[in-house]
Amino acid sequence: MAIADITQRPINDDLDRVPDFGRAPSGSDIEANLTGIWETAPGWRGWLSTVDHKTIGLRYIVTAFLFLLIGGIEALIMRVQLAGPDLTLLTPEQYSQLFTMHGVTMIFLYALPILSGFSNYLWPLLLGSRDMAFPRLNALSYWIFLFAGIFMYVSFPLGQAPNAGWFNYVPFSGPIYNTGPNIDVFALGMVLLGISTTVGSVNFVVTLFRMRAPGMTINRVPILVWGTLTASVANLLAIPAISLAFFLLWLDRQFGTHFFDVANDGKPLLWQHLFWIFGHPWVYAIVLPAMGIVSDALPTFCRRPLVGYTAVALATMATMLIGFEVWIHHMFATGLPAVALSIFGAASMVISIPSAVAVFAWIATIWLGRPVFKTPFLFFAGFVILFVIGGMSGVMTAAVPLDWQLNDTYFIVAHLHYVLLGINVFPVVGGIYYWFPKFTGRMMSERIGKWSFWVMFTGFNVGFFPMHLAGLLGMPRRIYTYSSRMGWDGVNMITSVGSFLFALGVLIFLVNVVISLKRGALAGPNPWDAATLEWTTSSPPPAYNFAVIPTVASRHPLWEDRLEEDSGDNRARSNFTEGYLLTKGRETIGTSPIDAKPVAILKMPDDSYTPFFSGLFLSLLFAGLLLHWWSFTAGMAIAGGITLIIWMWPQKALVQRIAAGRGP
Amino acid sequence: MSEAGQLSQRQPLPVGSAGKLSTGWWGILALIVTEASLFGYLLFAYFYLASQTEQSWPPEGLPALLVPTVNTAILLASSAGVWAAERYVRQGRRQSSIAGLVAAIALGSSFVVIQLLEWRDKSYGITSDLYGSLYFTITGFHMCHVVIGLGILMLLLVWTLLGYFDGRRHAAITIGGAYWHFVDIVWLFVFSALYVSPYLIK
Repeated sequence: MAIADITQRPINDDLDRVPDFGRAPSGSDIEANLTGIWETAPGWRGWLSTVDHKTIGLRYIVTAFLFLLIGGIEALIMRVQLAGPDLTLLTPEQYSQLFTMHGVTMIFLYALPILSGFSNYLWPLLLGSRDMAFPRLNALSYWIFLFAGIFMYVSFPLGQAPNAGWFNYVPFSGPIYNTGPNIDVFALGMVLLGISTTVGSVNFVVTLFRMRAPGMTINRVPILVWGTLTASVANLLAIPAISLAFFLLWLDRQFGTHFFDVANDGKPLLWQHLFWIFGHPWVYAIVLPAMGIVSDALPTFCRRPLVGYTAVALATMATMLIGFEVWIHHMFATGLPAVALSIFGAASMVISIPSAVAVFAWIATIWLGRPVFKTPFLFFAGFVILFVIGGMSGVMTAAVPLDWQLNDTYFIVAHLHYVLLGINVFPVVGGIYYWFPKFTGRMMSERIGKWSFWVMFTGFNVGFFPMHLAGLLGMPRRIYTYSSRMGWDGVNMITSVGSFLFALGVLIFLVNVVISLKRGALAGPNPWDAATLEWTTSSPPPAYNFAVIPTVASRHPLWEDRLEEDSGDNRARSNFTEGYLLTKGRETIGTSPIDAKPVAILKMPDDSYTPFFSGLFLSLLFAGLLLHWWSFTAGMAIAGGITLIIWMWPQKALVQRIAAGRGP
Repeated sequence: MSEAGQLSQRQPLPVGSAGKLSTGWWGILALIVTEASLFGYLLFAYFYLASQTEQSWPPEGLPALLVPTVNTAILLASSAGVWAAERYVRQGRRQSSIAGLVAAIALGSSFVVIQLLEWRDKSYGITSDLYGSLYFTITGFHMCHVVIGLGILMLLLVWTLLGYFDGRRHAAITIGGAYWHFVDIVWLFVFSALYVSPYLIK
């Protein structure tokens, strides 16, 4: 084959090739060769330069979980302060900083990054690829996330943390009422974090369209992929709104521009518009991938495919589409015209339809399946219950008059925690139980796992359900204490007890992780007898993921033998043992966006220091902006620019340029 | 053997960054989507604040159109240079391709210089009033993109001079060129909003 090509075209350097097709049994030379090509160097060099999506994914998960713990501790301190009336553990200013950092940490530094971690780790494995589309961009995205997280916490030990709430309304966050560095840290940190999210989203979008295994047509991709894709597209459209809002605020604060300056015709409502145009799609960005985790993992424990795959995939995208037209429901109490309120209130109610489609699909999957009550199943089933409760209170507040009554009370706090913990934290913990064997090669303890679920589930409901009542009793959110004459003592004490019980459940989970890492039972490639591609490779997977690029013939490649509907007419079977080998350097197959037909051999970059240094210089640039060290800022811009030029320089090894002089 | 496996296992496939099959091409499209959103929000802020103000708008009176219109034409002409450079490299005409890039860089730089003069001649600054804040922030964002775009064009020029590209391998020019075209097209929106719309909306 190759000989024929060479005779036809003598200058067929390496621009076209017939990819090797064959088998790579375990222990073969091909496997050893692939290991040599793909494995990261040991030691600190490899640690700083790796672009392996699995390493990056786990880093994301661990870092985001640490932020969850930090945010959780902040919440517990607040719950101690609120456990009884007139307590003085915290000053009002300390309380403001704590609830702000709690929100910032949970919403920006935990909720999306942890899902990016899952998706980074799982996408190439789910899609049958050897890496993400842009491995170096992936590393950059992680490093900037880490640095942005540290950045937003630098002023915390100085008692100067952001203190205007996570949505940071002007004019309180403006230069007149908030003179310290608190808000500048937040503003610049958010712009920096936005860059991380943006490059991560670009990576997911391109990976979906280009990196699927041959045969994995668009209607065969797992729902988790739909969820993260939808979230990523939304991020591309929405992140600029908040980055711009924070940048304009920073200009107002530091240079005296007038965007939000009431005295000079600036408009505080511009802030609210820009913030929530971003904010509401973001809410769906931090839940849709988690719903995808459930849609993919729950069927494994119901021993049947997800009911209504197409409906759930479409509902995922419909939710996001409508999610772009509901931002004003955060602004019902700002005096906007009644027409706007009506339209956005109606849209907010409509959004419950696609959500209900997904909920009924999960219930039907459990109903029609043969549930196996393992720990992940409990977390996923618990998630469905919490989602329904949180969804109900959401529909209630979509009604404008009721929202006027409940706005800025603990009812909203209860609603958003049911939604965010219910739809994000429970699927995430369930997902860790589910994929832990893939991550580490070991199973987590079932016995401790069941304890962790029941304690978390009980603690969560004891902690957050009474907040509904506190809100109905008129308790405003974000107050640092209250008088016992208000009649809120009982609900607050119960909430505080519940929050510590919930924390205990998280602690049990962490103990389980630590114990299982050392002593968990060894897991084979597919301990749950699941259906998707990540379970065809060893646990943990080799650096190259798949020795042979799999060929996919159905939505459930590992269940084809027992699912008649997928194989009835054409008897097509997925193939994991014979396929493209691609062993000439780091390579994977590029496929067409809809049909997943092979269209290119993609050369993947080697490990590189450029992502780390680009991220570092960029973050230092932001530190320079914060401190007004202008020449330092300029220096970092130049250093970052040079790093990027090195990164982008066309490489022969990647066939980005012609081999001048016909060299190798 | 499944259908997908049989499809093309014996067909030669392009290797590496092959034009619009390269991941970089898809990446730049995604980047353009998010950058276009950024300019969308900037213009949203402009029109929102303009619609809410009680002052006359723009406060300094209608902007002069002659110089900005000429400058717009210069910027669009630079896009033609990049377009030609990509066409020529595809035909294997390296010298013409270099000429196209040089012309584009010269025109793009002229745009920057004229815009800087335009800024200098304004009677207001970024802090003098709300309109000034908007005008300089929006055109400043665009200027920033032009400068980065010029950096990219210069890199493409260096790489072309080094003989990195030929008729079959030149994805970098396609990708970098797309960014430059974006920077030019988005200027049309900025220009329409800041210079033309005050004449239409009073």
